[in-house]
Amino acid sequence: MTGWVARPGRWVVWAVVVFFFVNLAGVVLSVVVDSFGTQWFGTWLPDGFTTHWYADAWREFGLSDVLLTTAIVALVVIAVSVAVGVPAAYALARRSFPGKRLVMLLFVLPILIPPITYGIPLATVLYKFHLAGTITGVILANLVPSVPFVVLTMTPFIEQIDPKIEAAARMSGARTVSVFTRILGPLLLPGILAASILVLVRTVGMFELTFLTAGPDSTTLVVALYNSVFAAGIRANQSVDAMATIYTASMLVLLLVALRFVNPTQLVTRIREET
Amino acid sequence: MTAVATARPALRHRLAERGIDRTLLLLVPGLLVVACLFLYPFLYGLQLSFAPRKGGVFANYARFFGDPYLRNTIWTTLGIALPATFVNVLASIPIAYVMRGRVRGKRLLTTILVVPITLGTVLTAQGLIMYGGPAGWLNKVLTVLGVTDQPLPLIHNYTGVLLSLVITGFPFSFLLTLSYLSGIDPSLEKAAATLGANGVQRFRRITLPLLAPGLAITFCLSFVMAFSVFPSAQLVGDPANETRVISIAAYHAAFEEYDYSMGSAVAMLMAVVMLIVIGLVMAWRGTLYRGATGGKG
Repeated sequence: MTGWVARPGRWVVWAVVVFFFVNLAGVVLSVVVDSFGTQWFGTWLPDGFTTHWYADAWREFGLSDVLLTTAIVALVVIAVSVAVGVPAAYALARRSFPGKRLVMLLFVLPILIPPITYGIPLATVLYKFHLAGTITGVILANLVPSVPFVVLTMTPFIEQIDPKIEAAARMSGARTVSVFTRILGPLLLPGILAASILVLVRTVGMFELTFLTAGPDSTTLVVALYNSVFAAGIRANQSVDAMATIYTASMLVLLLVALRFVNPTQLVTRIREET
Repeated sequence: MTAVATARPALRHRLAERGIDRTLLLLVPGLLVVACLFLYPFLYGLQLSFAPRKGGVFANYARFFGDPYLRNTIWTTLGIALPATFVNVLASIPIAYVMRGRVRGKRLLTTILVVPITLGTVLTAQGLIMYGGPAGWLNKVLTVLGVTDQPLPLIHNYTGVLLSLVITGFPFSFLLTLSYLSGIDPSLEKAAATLGANGVQRFRRITLPLLAPGLAITFCLSFVMAFSVFPSAQLVGDPANETRVISIAAYHAAFEEYDYSMGSAVAMLMAVVMLIVIGLVMAWRGTLYRGATGGKG
């Protein structure tokens, strides 16, 4: 904190940060302001303000169905990836075995490779099995990054739980099932909660995989938004922006909830737990 | 796994000694998901790319490299992804360097930075169309300030895609860089300061060499994100010409021409180009890391 005046570098850095935020705010606010405007052409602000675009957007884009689909997809993806990912994370945290590095690599790859690359072959396979275009297909596609994500967030979390606790429970006669439900379950709950919220944010925001596999009845909010932006001109730009604002608002709510449980950096990548 | 269950106790014990026991069965569902939904489609796509609609085994690849409209998508994509990645990573270093210690408002800052990542490219694209458009606020401010007479063409072209990649990509590489920087022991820098190194020397001789391996990873992850740009290239770019990136070509082949074989071939090429760039960066990282630890001790 010493010598602010003597360090012009700091000022430049802060100026860049502020510039970035001002533009970011501009990008987000343009959409929000337009969604409430009656008519906006060439002036600083719209001529008047109204909320009727929201009703339009809700009707035109069938948002109640879209939101329902989004919720179902997200919840099923969370449930399945926790149910599948946590046991796998447990095995990886507690055992070292030949080929463990290979297994880890297999779990890292779907996170490292961008969705659009494996999404195209995946969608092709789903079309082959007549699953693409259905909500099942969308869920299956979204499991690909989510299961490894849960595995990779939970493994370090389980590693820090002392194995002696489990050993003690076993010594006292607990069976495997009760070790899991009575000992590990409660200890794992914070980690599972954090992982679920991260999966939720990522699934709701996941564009590519859902876009490639969704049909007319199985689009999630972000894909509906893309479709409406892409087909702009057919519909009033304001109702597209109204949908964008609904999307932004729901993402921000999820984000606020998520940040109560996890560190901001964890939303981006897997970093060592600081709990 | 069946071998473990049916084998003699002696074998079972020997396996258990090497860490193979029934706990590993817990891995099976997870591995099944990855195998069925990731590995199998990938291999299926690879095989499909060698089974074109017409022509020989390599007909898809021959068509890709023979048709300049398809071939050039590689250069278009690199031409967008590499500058965007460099901007994001290079801008992250000084900012993360200033923020690495205890800075007031750091938590708030990182929180705000997560916003563009969670909002994603689709919303960023729509926002940019409004904000950077001819009648948008950005052009208005620039006109009022006298920077320009007429609105700058910022959207539906190369600039638009680059801007959208910076908006979503910069926070990502910043947060990564920050976490790598926070992992460097501050006492090393203090030791250098005690020995008389000034700020620039400390950064160049101590922090940067220690940070470089992390930067290589940051570069790779940011590059992969930028390389797979799809929604913003479609929405805020010029998807027919200037920003016809390779992912658009793959999507076009697979879902507009319904030539899944060609689409898979382009997707495979996308993965190959990405792997080449990552391989080069990681090779550079290897040389660099050895030099930093072996050289000065």
